[in-house]
Amino acid sequence: MTMSRLRKITRRVFLIGAATVAGGVAVGYWYVTRPYANPLEEGLAEDEATFNPYVKIGSDNTITVIAPRAEMGQGISTTLAAFVAEELDVPLELLTVEHGPASSAYYNEIMMEESAPFPWWDDGVLASLARGAFGTVATVLGIQATGGSTSTRDGFDRMRQAGAAARHMLVEAAAKRLGVSASELRTKNATVVHDASGRSLTYGEVALDAAKVKPPSTLRLKDRADWKLLGKPQKRVDMLAKVTGAPIFGVDVLLPDMLFGTVKMNPVYWQKPRSADLSKAEAVKGVVKIVPLETTYGHGFGVIAENTWAAFRAAELIEADWGTPDYPADTAAVDKVLSDAIASGAATAMRDDGNVNAAFADAPQDRVIEADYSVPFLAHTCMEPQCATALFKDGRLEIWAPAQLPTLVEYLSGAAIGVEMKDVTTHTTSMGGSFGRREVDATIYAAIMAKAVEGRPVKAIWTREEDVRHDTFRPAARGRLRARLGEDGLPTALDIRVAVPSIFANMMRRTFPSISPLGADVTVTQALRDQPYAIPNYRVSGIETDLGVPVGFWRSVGASFNCFFHECFLDEIAQQGGFDPIELRRRLMKDFPAALAVVDKVAEMARWGEKLPQGTAKGFAFSLCFGSWVGEVVQVKDTPAGIRIEKVWIAADVGTAIDPGIIEAQLTSGAVYGLSAAMGQEITLSGGQVEQSNFHDFDAMRINQCPDFEVAILENHHKMGGVGESGTPCAIAALANAVSALKGERIRALPISKDLAFA
Amino acid sequence: MNLTINGQAIEIDADPDMPLLWALRDIVGILGPKFGCGIAACGACTVLVGGTPVRSCSLPVGLVEGAVTTIEGLVKGGVLSPVQQAWLDEQVPQCGYCQSGQIMSAHALLEEIADPTNEEIDDAMGGNMCRCGTYPRIRAAIKKAAALKLAGK
Ligand code: FES
Ligand code: FES
Repeated sequence: MTMSRLRKITRRVFLIGAATVAGGVAVGYWYVTRPYANPLEEGLAEDEATFNPYVKIGSDNTITVIAPRAEMGQGISTTLAAFVAEELDVPLELLTVEHGPASSAYYNEIMMEESAPFPWWDDGVLASLARGAFGTVATVLGIQATGGSTSTRDGFDRMRQAGAAARHMLVEAAAKRLGVSASELRTKNATVVHDASGRSLTYGEVALDAAKVKPPSTLRLKDRADWKLLGKPQKRVDMLAKVTGAPIFGVDVLLPDMLFGTVKMNPVYWQKPRSADLSKAEAVKGVVKIVPLETTYGHGFGVIAENTWAAFRAAELIEADWGTPDYPADTAAVDKVLSDAIASGAATAMRDDGNVNAAFADAPQDRVIEADYSVPFLAHTCMEPQCATALFKDGRLEIWAPAQLPTLVEYLSGAAIGVEMKDVTTHTTSMGGSFGRREVDATIYAAIMAKAVEGRPVKAIWTREEDVRHDTFRPAARGRLRARLGEDGLPTALDIRVAVPSIFANMMRRTFPSISPLGADVTVTQALRDQPYAIPNYRVSGIETDLGVPVGFWRSVGASFNCFFHECFLDEIAQQGGFDPIELRRRLMKDFPAALAVVDKVAEMARWGEKLPQGTAKGFAFSLCFGSWVGEVVQVKDTPAGIRIEKVWIAADVGTAIDPGIIEAQLTSGAVYGLSAAMGQEITLSGGQVEQSNFHDFDAMRINQCPDFEVAILENHHKMGGVGESGTPCAIAALANAVSALKGERIRALPISKDLAFA
Repeated sequence: MNLTINGQAIEIDADPDMPLLWALRDIVGILGPKFGCGIAACGACTVLVGGTPVRSCSLPVGLVEGAVTTIEGLVKGGVLSPVQQAWLDEQVPQCGYCQSGQIMSAHALLEEIADPTNEEIDDAMGGNMCRCGTYPRIRAAIKKAAALKLAGK
């Protein structure tokens, strides 16, 4: 797609224009293939047949399923394959699962739907229309993306339909071959069986004919009661590779004649170095070439060498005058910008129930409470540092990378070296974690380096230091919360202002700098404006506050700080109003049965309310995010060595639980990720440069700090929720509430380790 | 330089100062040990040298004394080691990136202590970070591997 067309469409569609809404989303089976061609047609072997972009069957009965979402540890390849397998009537072990090519046919619709500014529980006409409109953006732009905890939900209908359609076509072809009616046939283990005559044909035997059968226009999917795979824990398809150290990651790409490399980017963001001396670096044995990197992501150097170690050492020896920052240069300056914005910045109200101003105007002083909360920048530190391999040859670019956004990778990496998207091929590897970090910078840099040594592939792995300093950080943020309590202690008014950089605007700056940001950024007030609490006067305002530092999507995005603000302040309200924290929530969410059910469940699991031994305390938090309703309780204990996190209980309503084993693992993982951050992580600035660099000063929870977990999965709500990020927000807030209860002093700033040590 | 890696004698042409990790990965082509930090702070690069777990990112290849075992060397005759089998049974990995280091550390632990307590597990595994937070399943898998080993499997 050309840039100008992309721009036009982006502008138009983001306005939720009537034309787009009227266009709607196609329903029925063709929804899975249209409007894009099937990318599997290309590169099909002679004895192979493809039925749609998700299923390929060979005459030898090898069945390949395309799971077009990136495997970053969330088990998505298993879940997506299970959708197809369920309807195709094939056991998982018989399938080969591939990521497949980068293609617009694999657009992510749910992710775009959730960009619409309406709460999850709002099924109203406007909300549904807006969600539909945003979904069509994915169709139009063809954005293939893994993120927002959307992959399972996005695949749920599409992949099952793909399996069912292929099965239908196989049965039709078998019926014709056997000269019987399709209704006399059944399928089992990748075989079509005719019980009456005892004859059978494998899928492979009829695959080539079946691919010519006209796909059905409508399909009936299995009833839940008939599911054999879905709803039960499956053995993950990627486990054997991962317990044997198989070379499946981006860093493991090994190609003939390959060179190795790394990058050294300007620690002062966005700027070109004023001058540089490369002589020491170039003198390192094994260095092949050092090339300037001048990109929308940043400026610096790519070091190409005969081995990674030589590249690392040379990068360290690059000397440069990196310039001075044109943004708040240290943590005090960042705090000041956020504080000023909270006090007087222009705000957009994203929820405005009742009349908040009037409610506070006549409030007696002793019925009003107010508090400021703040959080720091955070790095993602995925276990596998940023990396990419690229080969530029004969005017074509080939990329091997742990890519979360493969279509964007192709477009932008190609553009960086003047190669059109049609001449770019991407091979998506497994990724050693992402948590929202895998953007396009690593592949753009690798492409530029590859162009400098045309004909030889370059594998560029960042040092951990570069990975930490050149992250797209979870933004620093500040919240100001004010409540008026009624005579009964319940809040009659709640006014929340949050000041934080816009992630979308910042991401546009580094990906499509010529496009101006598109209206209010919904991540600013995510998990604040859309919580199932009824308070008569309830206002949530966002103040987009640019801080200059690159910011991006960090596991649970806006919920990672907003849940902390909201849920810790609710504990303050409870204390002031004389309520037990859980009882206060129960009163406020009484119209939302799904919310009540998770709160009751987690309270029961944790024996909330039972007397605790001296020096032990519990904290609670609730959040509705990424479509899942989550309640968590954290128990902490004072020990001579510091605070020990003893146990975490999680109850989550995910609507439909496709794979309980994976869901439990994801919720636990999300909670550990949140606890790591709340305990001790922060990224700080000095002279505009990040002060932290590696795990010695940006650590994460280790096994000896890890609490025990107990997880309950509920299925009350009628829509499916995501789980990859939903465990994180409540863990942060519940830990802060637990520590506040333990110490009798409110935690209003993270990380907690600034004031208190953890054991 | 001559090294024994997973039972094989291998000649390596590398600067003796090059960390063992990069000699293995970039020169020998053994990719099981991963790069996570380069400063012995995460454990992703853990291999055994003479049976002792070491962080290969911080050990110059010229100083290696003893046979090197990487995760590729744990599979014997196509059979997974007890630790790997337990990891598979408990479905431990998520992204999987840290797991070859975790498995090497757990393997060394069980060679030394057949039936470790929780504290001993914490001590032995504290140097292996997992950003996906698979720790609860790692604990369960180590207990399971200990049982498998004691049962002679
Ligand atoms: S890479 Fe060696 S300990 Fe992290
Ligand atoms: S499984 Fe991803 S870092 Fe451990």
